[in-house]
Amino acid sequence: MSFLSYLITGLSLGSVYAIIALGYTMVYGIAKMLNFAHGDVIMVGAYVSFLAIGKYDTPALVACLLSVFACTILGVLIERLAYKPLRSAPSLAVLITAIGVSYFLQNSAQLLWGTDTKVFPAMLGTNQLVLFNGELMISYVTIATIVACIIIMTVLTLFINKTKIGKAMRACSEDKGAAQLMGINVDNTISITFAIGSGLAAIASVLLCTAYPALNPTLGSMPGIKAFTAAVFGGIGSIPGAFIGGLMLGILETFSIVYISSQLSDAIVFGVLIIVLLLRPTGLLGKKIRVKV
Amino acid sequence: MSKEYILKTENLGIDFGGLTAVNNLNLKIEKNQIYGLIGPNGAGKTTVFNLLTKVYEPTRGKVIIDGQSTEKMDLVAVNKLGIARTFQNIRLFKELSVLDNVKVGLHNQKEYSLVSAIFRLPKFGSAEKEIESEAMELLDVLGLKEFADFKAKNLPYGKQRKLEIARALATHPKILLLDEPAAGMNPAETAELLDTVKFIRDHFQIAILLIEHDMKFVMGLCEKITVLNFGEVLAYGDPDDIKNNPEVIAAYLGSDE
Amino acid sequence: MEKMKQLFKKNNKNQALSFLLVIVMYVAIEALLKTGNLKSLYTSMLVPVCCYCIVALALNLVVGVSGELSLGHAGFMSIGAFTGVIVSGYLSNFIGSQMVCFAIAVVCGAIMAAIFGFVISIPVLKLEGDYLAIVTLAFGQIIKTLVNNIYLGYDQAGFHFSFVKNTIELQSGGKMFISGPVGATGTTITSNFTAGVIMILITLIIIYNFMNSRQGRAVMAARDDKIAAQSVGLDIVKTKTMVFVLSAALAGAAGVLYGLNFSTLVPSKFDFNTSILVLVYVVLGGLGNMFGTLISTIVLVMLPQLLRALNDYRMLIYAVLLIVIMIATNNKTIRDMITGVFNRKKAEGEGE
Repeated sequence: MSFLSYLITGLSLGSVYAIIALGYTMVYGIAKMLNFAHGDVIMVGAYVSFLAIGKYDTPALVACLLSVFACTILGVLIERLAYKPLRSAPSLAVLITAIGVSYFLQNSAQLLWGTDTKVFPAMLGTNQLVLFNGELMISYVTIATIVACIIIMTVLTLFINKTKIGKAMRACSEDKGAAQLMGINVDNTISITFAIGSGLAAIASVLLCTAYPALNPTLGSMPGIKAFTAAVFGGIGSIPGAFIGGLMLGILETFSIVYISSQLSDAIVFGVLIIVLLLRPTGLLGKKIRVKV
Repeated sequence: MSKEYILKTENLGIDFGGLTAVNNLNLKIEKNQIYGLIGPNGAGKTTVFNLLTKVYEPTRGKVIIDGQSTEKMDLVAVNKLGIARTFQNIRLFKELSVLDNVKVGLHNQKEYSLVSAIFRLPKFGSAEKEIESEAMELLDVLGLKEFADFKAKNLPYGKQRKLEIARALATHPKILLLDEPAAGMNPAETAELLDTVKFIRDHFQIAILLIEHDMKFVMGLCEKITVLNFGEVLAYGDPDDIKNNPEVIAAYLGSDE
Repeated sequence: MEKMKQLFKKNNKNQALSFLLVIVMYVAIEALLKTGNLKSLYTSMLVPVCCYCIVALALNLVVGVSGELSLGHAGFMSIGAFTGVIVSGYLSNFIGSQMVCFAIAVVCGAIMAAIFGFVISIPVLKLEGDYLAIVTLAFGQIIKTLVNNIYLGYDQAGFHFSFVKNTIELQSGGKMFISGPVGATGTTITSNFTAGVIMILITLIIIYNFMNSRQGRAVMAARDDKIAAQSVGLDIVKTKTMVFVLSAALAGAAGVLYGLNFSTLVPSKFDFNTSILVLVYVVLGGLGNMFGTLISTIVLVMLPQLLRALNDYRMLIYAVLLIVIMIATNNKTIRDMITGVFNRKKAEGEGE
């Protein structure tokens, strides 16, 4: 029974990674950039909901919505101010700018909210679902996380495939120049992508901090790197890939912590990533691009 | 006893997905021959070059260079076997100088180890001297000597095409593949290029296979011509045969049915 | 005369400037030190600056010269640093001269990092572009995690090693070299500024000699156009492996310099952030531009110290500067504006 409980814990952690990874993968798909500031947007989202609940005593759902709102605006602002001027710049310049944004967010958070670790309030309570006469206990947070991930995934897939904006996003990710010629507003489409990615980061931040309630200005870095790894696992640029990659990473990490060693879990996770990339050089669901000569 | 062919293909073909791009191609190119591969746009000419140099792996058939089958070889290995090429969409080492572009071509011709490079051992000095003089010689042949210190990307278009030829020659090929060498040149430049190609053949004693749309250039230069259309051989023969072949004329101009 | 002319060719100007910069800086700083005019704050930065210069030069070899992004160079520093600490600690039992100990430690650190660089390059160079970068990131994390779990001590009975859990019980007089997450403690400091400067000079010689050789040309050719490079018979994996190993070795040597400059050193010092920091130096200095790398590294390592007066805001300002510089140098409109202003001034100057 303990196996099942670990599996569920892993799925829940993986769901958080998957939600963050979706943000990475969408931005990569459309802007072809590694947005290293994404992890820090998560951090900002966590602080916003923390302050909303702690200081102004808002209900959990309102706090969560506030956080989504704040991050969406932040995401669009970052894109417009920092990345948009670099649309035709070499990818390394954009990468370094993203790192600059990441430093900026971390240090702003430090100035605004201090460096000390704060405890995130239990937003969804600590109730547990008891199954099999108490042999399997699952907290409602865990269930909520997994359900949230599945809902987000479904809605996002429908959005990308069925709506006009979704179609524009797919067009931009294939060829920005051609999309522009077809009358698609590329700038707006990219902004929308950042908005969605950042909004998802806010949701992830609430779920993450409910599971691991320690709040500090660098809390987004490690989940950011992990989620990024998850996106690569699945094939960066691919939305179902991010979902599968996130879940796999969560399960892998949980299992290596409980069955092998908590100190070595990072090494194992990254080791598996390397093996996956060697077997499938563009991730599980990534597209292979043929070079034209 | 058949003639000695420097390059031979046997039923060469490739499919992209369901599309057959090249089919049933049998080329036979002799030593020191200048050979033309022509055909309308989209006939599969560049694809043939990509098959010969292993940019693409053939779906069917074989390529035999100087008596050796190129099965299981990659780009690098076939170059070492004696085939070198230029590209239709110029692919120079843009950030390197014109001279360095040719020196890169000489990479496998004059070797020295990493240790001699870093510690500047005598081997380095002597080899570099030979590399420098041979590279300059090649630039001279193509009339690029005074541009040696230019960055490759700053050369005018026509000179970039010539630099690609110099770089390919640096690998000491037995057969040189030229993909539209005269594209973008004016008639005077084309005429000059014609002499250069002949000179290269005579001076280096190599075979040359070229793709070209300029018919005057092709007819004035090539000894044998193969015409491709929709990936298949439409005609083969001397320039005069090809010029008067009604099928070739129809393929180029379109036939009225 | 021919030689003099050679020296002032564009390519060689960069070389001459680099060597000149290092030597002038060295003389100036030594003079300040001798006359006691350098604040202790800056004195303590001297060796780390040298170390970062070497790593940045090494990383520029991979990123600028071979055109592949590495996000894990701190891992090679880590390997070099801890190898250096162990070798130097062990040798100090037998060899009196600190300088000899230090030199051997540097060589060992470089070799160890080179071995890791080679092993890592096998999977890394099978991949391309961003995927390659991600695998270097992954290796950086793996190295950090592994070093974090190593326990190594030495006593009369020889070396004692344990992994993940510390099970080492040393006899009296024994010494722990590495204790897991705590890292190295009680290291005898043998690095100094002069050694650092000499190492920078050697690094420059190695890198420039490499860039001006057939191997260097091959790597740059493969960076500019992979298919064309292969079509002239270049074995790209081989040349890239060469660069990767060379760069790892230099980063390892820099790690030794760093590790032997502090009495305590934690493995988490060499994390993803350190890799990124060095990458920032390289990109701001200019890809493939070694002189630029030296300048940007020196300025950027010192910048937080210079901004110290601004207290809490210094890292914030650092971040804003970074973003502004990247946009100003890479956005076409802004760049044209800046060069436009310069050109006008120049034109006015000529008109007078």
